[in-house]
Amino acid sequence: MPEVEIRKFASVVEEVFHEGGPRATTPLRRAAVIAVIRNPFAGAYVEDIQPFMEDLKPLGLTMANRLVDLLGGDPSVVEGYGKGAILGAAGELEHGALWHAPGGYAMRAVLGDAMAIVPSTKKVGGPGTRLDVPITHINASYVRSHFDAIELGLNDAPRADEMALMLVMTTGPRVHNRAGGLAADKITGKDGLR
Amino acid sequence: MSADIRKLAVWVEETHTEMGRPITPATRKAVAVAVIANPFAGRYADDLSALIEIGAELGGLLGQRCVAALGIEPHEAQSYGKAAMVGEAGELEHAAAILHPKLGAPLRMAVEKGAALVPSSKKMGGPGQVLDVPLGHKDAAYVRSHFDGVEVRLNDAPRAGEIMVAVAVTDSGRPLPRVGGLTHAEAVGKDGLR
Repeated sequence: MPEVEIRKFASVVEEVFHEGGPRATTPLRRAAVIAVIRNPFAGAYVEDIQPFMEDLKPLGLTMANRLVDLLGGDPSVVEGYGKGAILGAAGELEHGALWHAPGGYAMRAVLGDAMAIVPSTKKVGGPGTRLDVPITHINASYVRSHFDAIELGLNDAPRADEMALMLVMTTGPRVHNRAGGLAADKITGKDGLR
Repeated sequence: MSADIRKLAVWVEETHTEMGRPITPATRKAVAVAVIANPFAGRYADDLSALIEIGAELGGLLGQRCVAALGIEPHEAQSYGKAAMVGEAGELEHAAAILHPKLGAPLRMAVEKGAALVPSSKKMGGPGQVLDVPLGHKDAAYVRSHFDGVEVRLNDAPRAGEIMVAVAVTDSGRPLPRVGGLTHAEAVGKDGLR
């Protein structure tokens, strides 16, 4: 099985105090961790790629734990999450799909009993490519206040034979959320949707 | 006058391998950025002292954020830099007022010592534009292994009436330095140059 070769880690924490309206008493925080790893399938078509999902599981847990640490160490502050991948030009989109299970389940494991599907996006790109990683509520996908996104990328990655894997956690709704819909305190949290 | 901060973001990147060679310990850079309201947006003012005071406030805040994000003691910081990008309703001189008169002293407190000039860069720009923050050794500007830079950008800043102010701090130089010159170990750090 191919080993996961990590070239770089990067992290970012954003704190949003306001966006032209009233200053939030508790700022919204968005945290992201990016791992730049070698794509073991770069440069050739490989039929059986699924074993790599198993190899990615420890990396997923490392990244999910880093996210919680970046937000202060208490997983209960996390209310939203998302994930994404950028595949270097010698890879294919399908390689990014290998991140769905290990990335998503790692965050759900670290957060305890998160019910909702982890929203995601992926694309092929070169160094400097930016990815808009979608974010939704961890227990009920329809919570409108928590629909959000964060733009991520690195100037030097992914190189052609690399992939940049991303996990994101947030601590609350958009800073001036007022577009209605299902509220976070009205969810039943049983089916992951409402 | 204290800064009206809309948003703070702290980015950390670690390089673990380069060209297949392990980097042990990983080189690490942090950059902290504040998005603030430009009190002089849309009008000419002769007296920019409000921005000079904001610079003093942000030098300490952003320097401390970088040191905390790296998880180091202040004296373990090795290089630093600063930069600002002014939204379109401001002027380049606003960046100069923030960066040059008073930002340095509190930044030097945050990284302990800092005999060398803080390398800087400034520009006008809009949301999503890249700001490249130059990096140089904090005590001896001629240390060649520590000439570097780090890129920061935010998709939603600076808006027209805003200024993005960034401070970068590292605990290391480039990943595989081999172009000679004065080294970190040889630096005296008295005159800020060697």
